Amino acid sequence: MIALSGVAKAFGSKRVLAGVDLSVARGESLVIIGGSGTGKSVTLKCVLGLIVPDAGRILVDGQDAVAARGRAREAMLDKFGMLFQGGALFDSMLVWENVAFRLLRGQNRLGRAEARETAIEKLKRVGLTAETADLFPAELSGGMQKRVGLARAIATTPEIIFFDEPTTGLDPIMADVINDLIREIVVEMGATAMTITHDMTSVRKIADRVAMLHEGVIQWAGPVGEIDTTENPYVHQFVNGLPDGPIAAVR
Amino acid sequence: MPAAIRLVQGFLASIGAAVLGLCQTTGSLTLFALDGVSHVLRPPWYPMEFARQLLRIGYFSLPVVGLTALFTGGALALQIYAGGARFNAESVVPSIVAIGMVRELGPVLGGLMVAGRVSASIAAELGTMRVTEQIDALWTLSTNPMKYLVAPRLLAATLAMPALAFVGDVIGIMGGFAVGVARLDFNPAVYIDTTWRFLETGDITSGLIKAAVFGFIIALMGCYQGYRSGRGAQGVGRATTNAVVSASILILASNYILTEALFPA
Ligand SMILES: Nc1ncnc2c1ncn2[C@@H]1O[C@H](COP(=O)(O)OP(=O)(O)O)[C@@H](O)[C@H]1O
Ligand SMILES: [Mg+2]
Repeated sequence: MIALSGVAKAFGSKRVLAGVDLSVARGESLVIIGGSGTGKSVTLKCVLGLIVPDAGRILVDGQDAVAARGRAREAMLDKFGMLFQGGALFDSMLVWENVAFRLLRGQNRLGRAEARETAIEKLKRVGLTAETADLFPAELSGGMQKRVGLARAIATTPEIIFFDEPTTGLDPIMADVINDLIREIVVEMGATAMTITHDMTSVRKIADRVAMLHEGVIQWAGPVGEIDTTENPYVHQFVNGLPDGPIAAVR
Repeated sequence: MPAAIRLVQGFLASIGAAVLGLCQTTGSLTLFALDGVSHVLRPPWYPMEFARQLLRIGYFSLPVVGLTALFTGGALALQIYAGGARFNAESVVPSIVAIGMVRELGPVLGGLMVAGRVSASIAAELGTMRVTEQIDALWTLSTNPMKYLVAPRLLAATLAMPALAFVGDVIGIMGGFAVGVARLDFNPAVYIDTTWRFLETGDITSGLIKAAVFGFIIALMGCYQGYRSGRGAQGVGRATTNAVVSASILILASNYILTEALFPA
């Protein structure tokens, strides 16, 4: 469904991605792990066409995602939902208007009352009460903003969903609720998911497959069951949080 | 001697780099403007966004433009009276105030004031949206930010600025009238009559055309700088400053070109 091959990206002289090969099958949940600043978010943004890679190919449903322009690009993005690392909520709009952004626009748009109802239902799914619907994003805590971003990403039940650190900044109980929700979305809706996380509990709960990004390339990819047994030194060090190994603690 | 040559070489290289940079900026600004205008012309449109921008750019700029015009009209009357007195032509005050305001000062000073207010706020808003990934989020929600953010601002500013300039013209002439009557002993009826007698429709329309161009420049520079804002608060700050400076300079430069085009000597 999604296939990256040889994707490379540098910002100025700083090489972030140096040939990423990765594929996700339809209905599969892939989790990308890796230290912070290794280019995990950049990888997702390349697939969405928000960052144009310097080299490599990205196919979504067999379509070239990088070359898509205009209507073709909008049609491709219709399939996607994305939770940004920082939430990326529109701060000039109410919480429910954020969640219902897509429902209020486009060909199949809903009326405001109906869209609002759907938004509140989605907010409940991410553990937020109906009262939050009429607040502005700036009035919410960071964790709550994250969950609103999640509600917005799943509002139109997209085929492909990207979650950039969905549980960062949440308390352990809420993190568990969100992990369950993501698992549910993949199983129930049959969505294809790519999730970035540092949280090993999340990895074990969400993932079908795991890919480890380090130094611009995928160092290892395999089923979630193998992360504890693999010989790969990067994965071993990361999963167990060891100070010694191929990943230098000070970069 | 080689040291001197190196110095000259360095100097020339820096000029070359500046020229190349200017060409590059001009190119990308032109592409940005064309893209923005193409979205103004093509559906889907966002009428609510357009209305909000019209209110923000037009309505809320009224006090700034009004005060600018009022004081300028007053000062203009005093200056022209002092200048005219040197060859016994004090009676030209009403017509020169009117022509000066309508053709030149109304649109230009109004444009510069609105540039300070609106270019800056557009650049800061879009820059913040860029930095906090809200512009990226728009793409992922199948909404083209050029269409949703840039097009309504371009259209609203282009339409609002002539209206603001017109209000400024009227208030500026009233400022001149107040000073003329209160300080320079003009007869109110004569002042109003002289104002109208020498004012031509072309004076007014040319001023409004200028204002429309300035409005476009104001929104364009705000959007361009904000949309391409660098990362962090520093990037947004730089975008805001650049927007005001570049909008002001472009307004003054285009004012000269438009004046040449509209009133060939
Ligand atoms: N738009 C950009 N411009 C310049 N550098 C960027 C940009 N986006 C990301 N980077 C850099 O790329 C590197 C990887 O970033 P990112 O993908 O966000 O890391 P992470 O793996 O933590 O998500 C970082 O060093 C970051 O500074
Ligand atoms: Mg990241």
